[in-house]
Amino acid sequence: MKVLVPIKRVIDYNVKVRVKPDHSNVDLANTKMAINPFCEIAVEEAVRLKEAGIATEVIAISIGDKSCQEQLRTALALGADRAIQIDTNENLDALNIAKLLQKVVEEEQPQLVILGKQSIDSDNNQTGQMLAALTGMPQGTFASVVKVEGDKVNVTREIDGGLQTLALNLPAIVTTDLRLNEPRYASLPNIMKAKRKPLDVKAAADFGIDLSARTKLLKVTPPAERQAGIVVESIDELVEKLKNEAKVIS
Amino acid sequence: MSILVIAEHDNNSLKAETLKTVAAAQKVGSDITLLVAGFNCQAVVEAAAKVNGVGKVLACDNAAYEHQLAENISLLVTEVASDYEHIFATALTTGKNFMPRVAALLDVAQISDIIDVESSDTFVRPIYAGNAIATVQSLDSKKVITVRTTGFDAVASDGNAEIINLDIVTDAGISSHVSDELTVSERPDLGAASVVISGGRGMQNGDNFKLLDGIADKLGAAIGASRAAVDAGFVPNDMQVGQTGKIVAPDLYIAVGISGAIQHLAGMKDSKVIVAINKDPEAPIFQVADYGIVADLFDALPELESKL
Repeated sequence: MKVLVPIKRVIDYNVKVRVKPDHSNVDLANTKMAINPFCEIAVEEAVRLKEAGIATEVIAISIGDKSCQEQLRTALALGADRAIQIDTNENLDALNIAKLLQKVVEEEQPQLVILGKQSIDSDNNQTGQMLAALTGMPQGTFASVVKVEGDKVNVTREIDGGLQTLALNLPAIVTTDLRLNEPRYASLPNIMKAKRKPLDVKAAADFGIDLSARTKLLKVTPPAERQAGIVVESIDELVEKLKNEAKVIS
Repeated sequence: MSILVIAEHDNNSLKAETLKTVAAAQKVGSDITLLVAGFNCQAVVEAAAKVNGVGKVLACDNAAYEHQLAENISLLVTEVASDYEHIFATALTTGKNFMPRVAALLDVAQISDIIDVESSDTFVRPIYAGNAIATVQSLDSKKVITVRTTGFDAVASDGNAEIINLDIVTDAGISSHVSDELTVSERPDLGAASVVISGGRGMQNGDNFKLLDGIADKLGAAIGASRAAVDAGFVPNDMQVGQTGKIVAPDLYIAVGISGAIQHLAGMKDSKVIVAINKDPEAPIFQVADYGIVADLFDALPELESKL
């Protein structure tokens, strides 16, 4: 079966983002970018399914300008077979991303689509669920275990208070949580090999979808800074402060 | 402006976070309806009818909704949604799961994790792990919103709403529940606790988390963990506080052996009082802590427990 893995290019998770002085957005100029950590877990899971003989082909896809080809090459180096870039300079809403992916799902007919549960830039946690709605597929979000069994996939999900396991009819959508797997490092030979793997580019405008914005970003401000407090010398002093100054314990 | 709020519950009790989600909805308008979809959930319906500011409770009691399967719940909400301009759910794992599905079925955007309401179409939400705060306007006719409850104070529970039973069964038939493995704990929920004590990589292993138990017992605290501690396999992911885990804002947060990565700070920096125990005086956690103590946690924890 085919597995489709949509991935996103985001700020590297070790980099602290800065807000632009005019508060129009964050400043990503000259910032180190990377594949979104949850998307990397999604790629790894798909590649493991292929190595286990369950998946026959892993297709990575990203929506963005040419720079996201860098992350697609990373996915290819990790073991994806081919890649698709949907080219756009717009910063699309999750709903429009899902609509573009829906078209690709219709064309490629994957049995499984694996996405990261959220991107660490917009923190929306929407695209997988929206794609599931648009394609009419069941969804296994925040997955920590994925097991394909016949015409179903069993997904164990990280929920408040523990774990929940669902059985989903295939084709299905899975979004990854962090414990699903530990992504491998791409080896140098695989990085070299990835350069020769096919990467198709399609223009977002060619999909015939209304991609007009559904939300408007009015402003972006830095968060309220928390003032550093004091360093106490002893546990006695700490307990005294918590009782009498902060009054949070009795 | 009519508003639909979807109640978060486990068929037995209404989650306290719903009271905060209703508070967020009240910043948009006063015509608020609460939807309780579940199975054998009469106790939840009764609790929902007492939530202040709620005019009507729609009760939908059917086996199809027992496990809050997103495929079934989203069809129900979409059907009920025609009468409402705003649909609110709590940004916990249940709401995060089904709400984007509702939004896509309604062909509208979702605004996730709001921490404030500016107007009926403009909302404030953290992005980049809370390192930037975005003000976002919805351009759609219907607004689908999930609420980060740490931004709102709970409404009271002394109301008396009308209960309307709905006989709508939306079973998509494409997913089914297999099993739950829930952590059994006498301690309060992380999201609801007024005191949280969390351990990080400095705890060294899962066994050492027992050092937090005695303190948690004395303070009535919930126990959390940093992503580093979860990644290292010390504790399960449902204890994770941070950008991709739980967001908490208790009166007192005690960070033990946690360096203070931005992803962790995103989950706890709105706490009223933060205490950091760390042996590295340069740890970034001290920059957000009200009270820091530079000490080896294996000495500090037993002493703290004995002095509380």
